[in-house]
Amino acid sequence: MIEIQNLSKTFTTSDGNVEALKNISLTINDGDIYGIIGMSGAGKSTLVRCINMLERPTEGRVVIDGRDMGALSQSELRRERRNITMIFQGFNLLMQKNCLKNVCFPLELAGVKKAEAVKRAKELLEIVGLGDKLKAYPAQLSGGQQQRVAIARALTTHPKILLCDEATSALDPQTTQSILSLIRDIHDKLGITVIVITHQMSVVEQICSHVAILDNGEVVEEGLVSEVFAAPKSKAARHLVFPEGYEQGTQISGDNVIRVVFNGAKATNTPLIAQMAIDEGITASILSASTKGIGDKAYGNIILGIPGGENELARAMKYLKAMPDIFVEEVKNDE
Amino acid sequence: MSNFFQSETFINAVEVLKEQFPLAIWETVYVTVLSTFFAIVLGLPLGILIVAGENGRIIRVPKVILKIIDLIINLLRSIPFLILMIMVFPLTRLIVGTAVGTVASIVPLVIAAFPFVARLVESSLREINPSIIETAQSMGASPFQIITKVLLPESVPSLISNATIAITTILGYTAMSGVIGGGGLGKIAINYGYYRYQYLIMTLAAVFLIILVQIFQSVGTRLAAKCDKRLKNGK
Repeated sequence: MIEIQNLSKTFTTSDGNVEALKNISLTINDGDIYGIIGMSGAGKSTLVRCINMLERPTEGRVVIDGRDMGALSQSELRRERRNITMIFQGFNLLMQKNCLKNVCFPLELAGVKKAEAVKRAKELLEIVGLGDKLKAYPAQLSGGQQQRVAIARALTTHPKILLCDEATSALDPQTTQSILSLIRDIHDKLGITVIVITHQMSVVEQICSHVAILDNGEVVEEGLVSEVFAAPKSKAARHLVFPEGYEQGTQISGDNVIRVVFNGAKATNTPLIAQMAIDEGITASILSASTKGIGDKAYGNIILGIPGGENELARAMKYLKAMPDIFVEEVKNDE
Repeated sequence: MSNFFQSETFINAVEVLKEQFPLAIWETVYVTVLSTFFAIVLGLPLGILIVAGENGRIIRVPKVILKIIDLIINLLRSIPFLILMIMVFPLTRLIVGTAVGTVASIVPLVIAAFPFVARLVESSLREINPSIIETAQSMGASPFQIITKVLLPESVPSLISNATIAITTILGYTAMSGVIGGGGLGKIAINYGYYRYQYLIMTLAAVFLIILVQIFQSVGTRLAAKCDKRLKNGK
């Protein structure tokens, strides 16, 4: 479990002090895929770097499995960092070393015997789908492949926590999908805690179970992705969930509006809205939809307009709520 | 033209070429290589210290020490080699026992070259993306490991390129050390060209210096390119 307690970080610059993080408290449970989302400059990268003490918090503590990270000695901290590994936007591979040596690198640093390191590295490169690229140098690989090598490298020391700092921001949408599903697979297989830093809502929608929305150095909203996305309370959250400004554009007067959030619902065998029309006789109009499938599961949300008054609305809500992994909420007109 | 080949100038030049050039070339090469070696021994750690110690990025070095190093480097780099050679006579005597001669010329060469090498190392190491260092830190690398396993290996191609610049520059300095009796092609050029107006011999010495620079430069360039795994086509 990662407990971030009253964490603040102030940078001293020539123009005075900059408060990058203000009194942040978060709890991240083991096995979560926890998203931290915010606009650039919100303090996400600083926050994630405070977790492994690449940045020292000005105030507050980071406690991982009961150990206060800030109180560790340099050598203890270095050992602990093998449990909390990190992947980056820029991949950051060693350009003069081939894939195999890159993946062996954390073990080399830890003083693991070479034969053992090579064995582990080969296994991991196989897992990330680059078993045939052992001798290739990073410059010979695409961005997506480089990130796969970086992921393999981050897993060599059997970490408990994987920090992803804008890991897909430099990749095209298709490669982003494949990297996200790789991270999800690894999470499912190894049960590690994943912290995902991103400015892209879609990334959080697709792989995170929990999310914290960071705005101007503060956590403005936090909780289960389905809940936060279904009912974004803060301005920053609404801005992220509806970048095009849903509230203004799609409201149809007279209709009741509900938000249906898919959080890993089986999408393939239930055409949800059509099924509702057949089963309940409710004809909903889709006002806006933003859903994505990963594997056979759907993530994202749909805004439905339900004509026909309160009664129909209640029936629709009841029907949809009965579906697994779907969250439904009424959108009030005055919201 | 046939007269030229029977002229005293030509015959004399051939004589010098046969008698003195082989030794002179050898002296120039060994003085250059030795001086470069010692300059790297002194300059490399300084260059590393400057980059690794900056803002306590990798190792914590008191700011004062970095300032002093910077000052010394700038100071030594400002003094023209010809003057530096004479200024370090006492030190040369202390180390070698004499201030003149081929071996003695190595001392001022090293003193002139190590600050230059330190600056070259500094610029090579600065090419490394800071996020690579951060990545190594995130993996639990110690400062020593970051220097030996990240900073230096990642900048090898650039270090080789810069070492080539250093060796060719030092080669130029060795020629100047002919003034204080340092052996080699420079001495021949000065003795015959400057003191006796035998321009043919001076020109020959210059030609051999050019050839040496060409050899060092092309070997260095090729080696740097071969080492660089960032080049996609390079295997």
